[in-house]
Amino acid sequence: MKPLALSALFAGLLLAAGAHATSAEHILPSHAWIRVLPGDLPAGAYVTLENSSDQAAALSGASSTAYAEVMLHQSSNEGGVSRMAMLHSLAIPAHGKAVLAPASYHLMLMKAATQVKPGDVVKLNLTFTDGSTLATDFIARPASAIDDTH
Amino acid sequence: MKSRRSPGVAIWLLLVISLLLSGCQRSAPLPFQLTNISGHMPALDFKLTDDQGKAVSGADYRGKVVLLYFGYTHCPDVCPLTLAQLHVVMQRLGPLADGARILFVSVDPTRDTSAVLHAYVHAFDPRVVGLTGDPRIIEALVKRYRSAFTREPASSDGNYEVSHSSAIYVFDRDGNARVLSTPTDSQDDLVHDLHLLLSTGASS
Repeated sequence: MKPLALSALFAGLLLAAGAHATSAEHILPSHAWIRVLPGDLPAGAYVTLENSSDQAAALSGASSTAYAEVMLHQSSNEGGVSRMAMLHSLAIPAHGKAVLAPASYHLMLMKAATQVKPGDVVKLNLTFTDGSTLATDFIARPASAIDDTH
Repeated sequence: MKSRRSPGVAIWLLLVISLLLSGCQRSAPLPFQLTNISGHMPALDFKLTDDQGKAVSGADYRGKVVLLYFGYTHCPDVCPLTLAQLHVVMQRLGPLADGARILFVSVDPTRDTSAVLHAYVHAFDPRVVGLTGDPRIIEALVKRYRSAFTREPASSDGNYEVSHSSAIYVFDRDGNARVLSTPTDSQDDLVHDLHLLLSTGASS
């Protein structure tokens, strides 16, 4: 009786763990990079996020020890006017992906703790709407870098 | 008498012919691939301060093919992308690119001092010139090219964005507006049209 109760308990725990899998566990980041600008100017960060889960996820932003402020933004160009708008979240569909790329979705990084130089690797903790986080390495590239991944 | 007069006549004839020819060259439509704005936009004319702190005017860039773009340095996404793409365009033009100047006019003169602009534009390409100045003069310049910019409300920390025109206005060596490049246009078309403008009147 005792071993049976134990295995039932384990099975229950496993189920519970499965049901409570976080967004971060199923997100695979790639092409993570930052366009570094001179001085203390805000920089743009880009990444492709693939979701291997059956559940939709959503990116809500990021935090980092390297930058005091990080904001999720979307650039648009309507009627010949360039605009930037703040986003509360960006959906990553089940078995789909979200692409943060120049002239579109990006993370705006502000107030660098120390000057970030091209070649540096900066850790950003991507945050998802369920509260989970994913530490991701972003490579710093020069201002004139062209995004050749898309 | 006759022998003295004829060389004079010949010189006058040569002058008239060369004037006619240069006139023809100027009016002959170039086969542009981008939106042709020749005669539809005013010539390059402004009084601003460059990124070295020097007072400059549109006339200072006569003899160069000018690419005019409005932006600001606190723009982390679209402005650097545009300048990075223009750097590629300059590289594709090879030695011809020395006849071109990219004028990056700040629509955020409050934050964009000459020093800030200097570090910024030089991170992209040596042919970019950063321009700043009196906000009213910049507003008038933007309006001159039938565009506008809006300073968006500031966030709690005082940071703000500026919505601005995404177009690149291209002027010939005489300062006449010739073509307009927008983000949806192909880079090949811009390279093609700049090649046309840079290959003509290179002596001036």
